[in-house]
Amino acid sequence: MTAPASTLTVDLAARFPGIVTAETRPGCTGFIVEKDNLIEVATVIRDELGFDLLTAVTGVDYFPEEKMEVVYHAYKTTGGPGLVFKVQVPRVDPVEVPSLIDIWPGVDLQEREAWDLMGIKFTGHPDLRRILMWEGFDGHPLRKDWKEGFYEEDTKPFKSRWPDGQFYMAEEKNPFNDNLTFPTNFDPEKWIPEGDALLYGALARYTVKQEDGMSTDRIVINMGPHHPSTHGVFRAVMTLDGETIVGLKPVLGYLHRNHDKIGERNTYLQNMPFTDRLDYFNSMTNNFGYALAVEKLMGIPVAERAEYIRIIVSELSRVQNHLIFIGTLLNDLGAMYTPSLYAFEERELILDIFEEISGARMMCNYFRFGGVVRDIPDSAMKKIKDLVYDRLQAKTDELDRMLTENEILVSRMKDVPMISAEDAIRYSVTGPVLRAAGVPYDIRRADPYGIYDRFDFDVAVRHNGDLMDNYLIRIDEIRQSLRILEQAIKQIPEGPINSQKPAYQVRVPAGEAYGRIESPKGELAFYLVSNGKPNPWRYHVRPASFVNLNALEKISIGAKIADFVVILAMFDIVMGECDR
Amino acid sequence: MYGKGILKGLSVTWKRFWETYTEDISWILRGKKRYNTVEGVTHRSSKDTKGIFTVQYPDERLNLPEEARYIPFLVYNEKPDGDKEILCTSCGICAKVCPPQCIWIVRSNNPETGRPIPEPTEFYIDADICMNCGFCSEYCPFDAIKMDHDFEIASYERNVFNMEKLLKPSSYYQSIRPENFAREEAARKEKEAAKAAKEAAKAAATQ
Repeated sequence: MTAPASTLTVDLAARFPGIVTAETRPGCTGFIVEKDNLIEVATVIRDELGFDLLTAVTGVDYFPEEKMEVVYHAYKTTGGPGLVFKVQVPRVDPVEVPSLIDIWPGVDLQEREAWDLMGIKFTGHPDLRRILMWEGFDGHPLRKDWKEGFYEEDTKPFKSRWPDGQFYMAEEKNPFNDNLTFPTNFDPEKWIPEGDALLYGALARYTVKQEDGMSTDRIVINMGPHHPSTHGVFRAVMTLDGETIVGLKPVLGYLHRNHDKIGERNTYLQNMPFTDRLDYFNSMTNNFGYALAVEKLMGIPVAERAEYIRIIVSELSRVQNHLIFIGTLLNDLGAMYTPSLYAFEERELILDIFEEISGARMMCNYFRFGGVVRDIPDSAMKKIKDLVYDRLQAKTDELDRMLTENEILVSRMKDVPMISAEDAIRYSVTGPVLRAAGVPYDIRRADPYGIYDRFDFDVAVRHNGDLMDNYLIRIDEIRQSLRILEQAIKQIPEGPINSQKPAYQVRVPAGEAYGRIESPKGELAFYLVSNGKPNPWRYHVRPASFVNLNALEKISIGAKIADFVVILAMFDIVMGECDR
Repeated sequence: MYGKGILKGLSVTWKRFWETYTEDISWILRGKKRYNTVEGVTHRSSKDTKGIFTVQYPDERLNLPEEARYIPFLVYNEKPDGDKEILCTSCGICAKVCPPQCIWIVRSNNPETGRPIPEPTEFYIDADICMNCGFCSEYCPFDAIKMDHDFEIASYERNVFNMEKLLKPSSYYQSIRPENFAREEAARKEKEAAKAAKEAAKAAATQ
């Protein structure tokens, strides 16, 4: 099976004359849609053109031109290139754009994020609350005229560091006088967060009539943010009827550090170690996505040997991620520690390799534009071969033998519904969850990046869409990754590991790029807008964990609260990536 | 049969438990120490590891690979008279490339000539902000700043490292990164030889 190499270019402009215009700015692609006709055009894009998977929605603040732009990236689940369409509105509050939630329900969280961080109001969105910032926060931090506490300069490197770098600590400068804004008349003593009322109000929509006449009380349970089964600081507010969930709202943002804003202050190269901190289990794949986006912008090739090294480290990363997934899943199911520690052993061996080649176990910072930072030493290559040929296969089988037939596990997961294929696509779910629902959509095949088109592997897919399938697909994927690794180790050529000379300032021409990869958790994408300066004008991460959570509400309603823990575990969320 | 899967799974854990002791016995029979030795730790982090996997830190330590990186330090050469020859020229590339901007350098000018002195007057690294990315050592053109292996820096105060704390001799650098050191020395010698040859050719041409 090869990728459906679709060269189909859609000419939306001809279809909608006067409403849609093709993008003309240098380095940019896609179409600009009139705001008033957005819903009409989007319906055609989904129903007639077949772009059923809307992966990314984000805003760009073109501050000098006094306009805001909303960028949509739509793809086909049958594979092939995507379609980019944009809406431009004047940068005058209220900035309003119609919500596409009726066409792609998966825009829910991303539209809330764009509202929260950019201040773009999506009219028609039923629950447009802040999502990452706290309630009562003043302003929209990704706007170019918003300045953070400890603000120093718009872009790095800061002038105070050299040549007259008299050291001071940031907190010595009192930030509360100068550069932190509060709502007018803000008094912390008297302030009551209005967010809770809104949140519980949003839950009240799920009120249903009791049919048997028995009067029962519903209870609202806050699961998290400090709960061992929420994999970090994730909070789910649930309304329960007995043990059944009748309403659920995810509450995010406890680990929010405005990665996008930091990214816009940084130079292109400086962002590389910051991407490590997104999904901290898979810094190698995070690096890959970012390097891909910048390389697209710069239009540079990647050294041949580096391409193979990239595949090897990403697939090793996928193997260890799925092992950890299985371990933590079993933890959540109550099989405390034994399976997860077995999984950690193999992960530890992989991390030893990462440390040997990149210098750090988790924060690898290994990729550079045009290649990787250093070659894999022979000793590490031997370790990789040892693991791939002699150990990981057997250990995966062992894990499989230990768990898969276990009656307790089977009774907890078999036939407990996760999500159907249609819903998964509508809610923009990607990654193993989508494939376990029966959609064989893997970016490594559907829209190949790097040199994945050279390898012979199967896209793991399962068809029941229950929790058991979501677990089994991870084991399938480990086996496929090992297949890719075996081929990559055999084929890797000698040669240079970077096509570029090492440079700490790279020249990036103006334009935009969307670099997407199949991270172990789903689609991880970086949307970059460059204006030719050393720092990106817009740096947006489209994390898999965050967007997949769109479907959480849909799946959980009707499920038992005990199963909710497993459902959440199946998304394999990492809050570092989810909250950014 | 109901329960077969559980028994099958338990056989895996039982095997692991059993192997811990058989491994211990086999190491004893071979007259080797499995615990608290480099050999034992190396074996436990190789593909052949069986049974118990844990390394009892701090009694035992994992072997750090050469490329392992933690907070940077500044390299100096020891002169025969005991003076320190600091390799850093305070060019500022590390401060510019540093992603969290934790490097602060003061460069002074020679009061007589008014030109910058190629040595930092002050050099600070805020180790609490440093993200151990290794860019400073990667892009330093003088091999003057290198990543350390010492990761035990927990303290009750803020870790702001000044020159005194940052400067470490090149012999230390050689001890933690022998391969890198050898490579850089070879490159430096080659460069010096090329320079000398060029000067000799120049001298010969002018005669």
